[in-house]
Amino acid sequence: MKSFPFPAFPVIPAFPAAAIGALLFCGAVLGAQTDHGVQYSQADIAAGYRVYSSTCVQCHGGYGDGISGVDLRRGVFRRANTDDDLARVITTGVPGAGMPPFKLDPAELTGIVAFIRAGFDQTASVRVGDVARGGAVFDGKGGCVSCHRVRGRGALAAPDLSGIGLLRTVASLQRSLLDPTSGMVPANRPLRVVTKGGDTIEGRRLNEDTYTVQLLDARGRLRSLAKNDIRTLTYATTSSMPSYASRLTPDEIADLVGYLASLREP
Amino acid sequence: MTLPAFVRPLAALALVASAWSASAQVTADRLRRASDEPQNWLTYSGTYASQRHTLLREIDPGNVKNLELKWVLPNQVFGAWQATPLVVDGVMYVTQRPNDVLAIDAKTGRAFWQYRYTVSPEARVCCGANNRGLAILGSTLFMGTLDGHLVAIDAAAGRPLWNVAVGNPALGYSITMAPLAVRDKILVGVGGGEYGIRGFVAAFDPASGKELWRFYTVPGPGERGHDTWKTDAWKTGGGSVWMTPSYDPALNLTYWGIGNPGPDWNPELRPGDNLYTDSVIALDADTGALKWHFQFTPNDAYDYDSVQVAVLADITYRGAPTKTMMWANRNGFFYVLNRETGAFLSGAPFVKVNWASGLDAQGRPIATPQPAGQPTWPGNQGGTNWYSPSFSPRTGLFYLSAWEGYASIYRKEPATYIPGRNFAGGGAAVATPVPGAPGPRIGRYTPVNDWTDLTGHGAVIALDPQTLQRKWTFPQYDVTDSGILTTASDLLFTGGREGYFYALDARSGTVLWKASLGGQVVNGPMSYAIDGKQYIAVISGNSLYTFGLRE
Repeated sequence: MKSFPFPAFPVIPAFPAAAIGALLFCGAVLGAQTDHGVQYSQADIAAGYRVYSSTCVQCHGGYGDGISGVDLRRGVFRRANTDDDLARVITTGVPGAGMPPFKLDPAELTGIVAFIRAGFDQTASVRVGDVARGGAVFDGKGGCVSCHRVRGRGALAAPDLSGIGLLRTVASLQRSLLDPTSGMVPANRPLRVVTKGGDTIEGRRLNEDTYTVQLLDARGRLRSLAKNDIRTLTYATTSSMPSYASRLTPDEIADLVGYLASLREP
Repeated sequence: MTLPAFVRPLAALALVASAWSASAQVTADRLRRASDEPQNWLTYSGTYASQRHTLLREIDPGNVKNLELKWVLPNQVFGAWQATPLVVDGVMYVTQRPNDVLAIDAKTGRAFWQYRYTVSPEARVCCGANNRGLAILGSTLFMGTLDGHLVAIDAAAGRPLWNVAVGNPALGYSITMAPLAVRDKILVGVGGGEYGIRGFVAAFDPASGKELWRFYTVPGPGERGHDTWKTDAWKTGGGSVWMTPSYDPALNLTYWGIGNPGPDWNPELRPGDNLYTDSVIALDADTGALKWHFQFTPNDAYDYDSVQVAVLADITYRGAPTKTMMWANRNGFFYVLNRETGAFLSGAPFVKVNWASGLDAQGRPIATPQPAGQPTWPGNQGGTNWYSPSFSPRTGLFYLSAWEGYASIYRKEPATYIPGRNFAGGGAAVATPVPGAPGPRIGRYTPVNDWTDLTGHGAVIALDPQTLQRKWTFPQYDVTDSGILTTASDLLFTGGREGYFYALDARSGTVLWKASLGGQVVNGPMSYAIDGKQYIAVISGNSLYTFGLRE
């Protein structure tokens, strides 16, 4: 089993800026499937981060979504499918759209591509495998559909993954396969509610605010509850998903990461 | 007042006439006495003291449940809408992004005119095409622009009168703050703290746009404070100004909150205290001369802009009548200063703080930098930020929107100054308890909250400036960037990113009324009156909502 470093406080790049501001809301563009078994090293990713934070961040922003129709962290591009495409766009620029050409040395260019492909996550090295083979693992040996759903197929016990490639970085997907509990974001925690009327409702948290919580219950119904009507509200902090570190081979995990990253229903 | 029956029609006529003539001219004297006409909202913060406390009291704790929606003004330009409107004799003037101005019938929400300023493609701003509002003097409106211009606009016709360049947009200079009219000058400052600018504030002739004085927030050679820059870093030292100052007419001092030093994250690249970044400066309104300064965060490593609006209050402070300034800073500390002298009177953290262990007798922080990779409280957006707090002279409490349980991990990196480019020297990331978990970002543009309160949550905090203790806390699940309005009927209006708009009891923090407007509230609620009826206006998402009592 290959081990990956898990920092105590993994980080999300934040906008390196002072004020409250806004990125224009825009419709996501379907990105191309990543279909390559490329390994991005931590050293390359770190080098890419340095380039990004000194140059690209100015227009693309701390989250990589500062330009309409582009979400670098999640692989949503206007003009690039492959790593070579990315390198070409960076080198030549996009004159019509106001992106200047950048003269980077080869190590910097490799780094910036790695940084983008790793979803800006500097904490892990990532391997992305074959999408089709990963899909077969998802439906077959992995048994993923017994809990997850993709495009209307599969169970609802765990999050629908039809758009997971837009929501999560490849590093984060890989981490979830190897150590599901450490990868279970609080927003997805299983929820158990006992109402003041004595009903027990179990499901997955979808949304929450000061007064209400929205969930998908075990029977697939969308429920919205007022916190005033709730006696106890408990979130599970461990995932019921098993680790796949020993259930799948490293190649299968890489393929599964590739498949999950390709799921981009907006 | 009781008048003989025969006099009443004449008095009514006189009132109408004075209202008409008043609407033609917002004199400097009216601005100075803005609290005498609470039916109007004449400056960004309502009055020069910036208490955001309206003397209107028709809406009170007993009838607030009868508030109803009067009108909505939708904005066709999407993005954070941070402006506080002005209301002058029944007409509302409000900006919308990027640099549009609208004149609205404040009673019905119907528009009189719209002016659209075309922003130069050279404009660059760190954090969105924001504009926070206008100044008015005479019958002229004044707006700063994203490309660093100051524009004068005829308040009746909605047409520009003059337009001057204040800062060079190609070098990252911009204006997002509402200017302030003081006596016979229009005051404004420049943003661009992420671009290696050298910040300044300047005064302009309202008739011609001629610059009358300028004060650099980063002192050059020979200027007082220059020795707090040990190298040439002062040339790109930041010190942006992106919030409206306050003003004390008796002292003739303007009070400015100054932004972060540049580069943001790496203090080793700019050794020294880096005056006057992260400071409040008191400038003579006529000359721009510096009277005093107080620095909150010397040699800042955390982007703790001190742009918060200075709240001025004449109170008995710990037994002595005092001209105070109250300040809840992005760095997590609350301060009370003497605004005549700048002397530090007291201060204490209002949220969890670990970048400093406390303040010394002069108010200087005792720095405790955290090891690399470890979380620092408060996080990058601060314990609070630019959103306006409120002070109620009735309750004696200072109210602010705070972020609690929120930390960032900061990174220092090299930085090379390239004109007009981001000049950061590292970065900051939200500390999250689970890998890959989303955390609060700059603004919220979806009704679904994909982070949780584990990465931070919002609260309205009522602080007693005498004891520095919390009187009450109103927690919210998501964070909040809403300003606060208090009333002379002891109500407190505020919102948050969840899109609820609240009326709280200012004495207890109890929710008395709320409306689910849906979109993030990132402006300051304000109040005005027409024909004796009080209105409350707030922006949620992309719409401006106005409430009043059910008839």
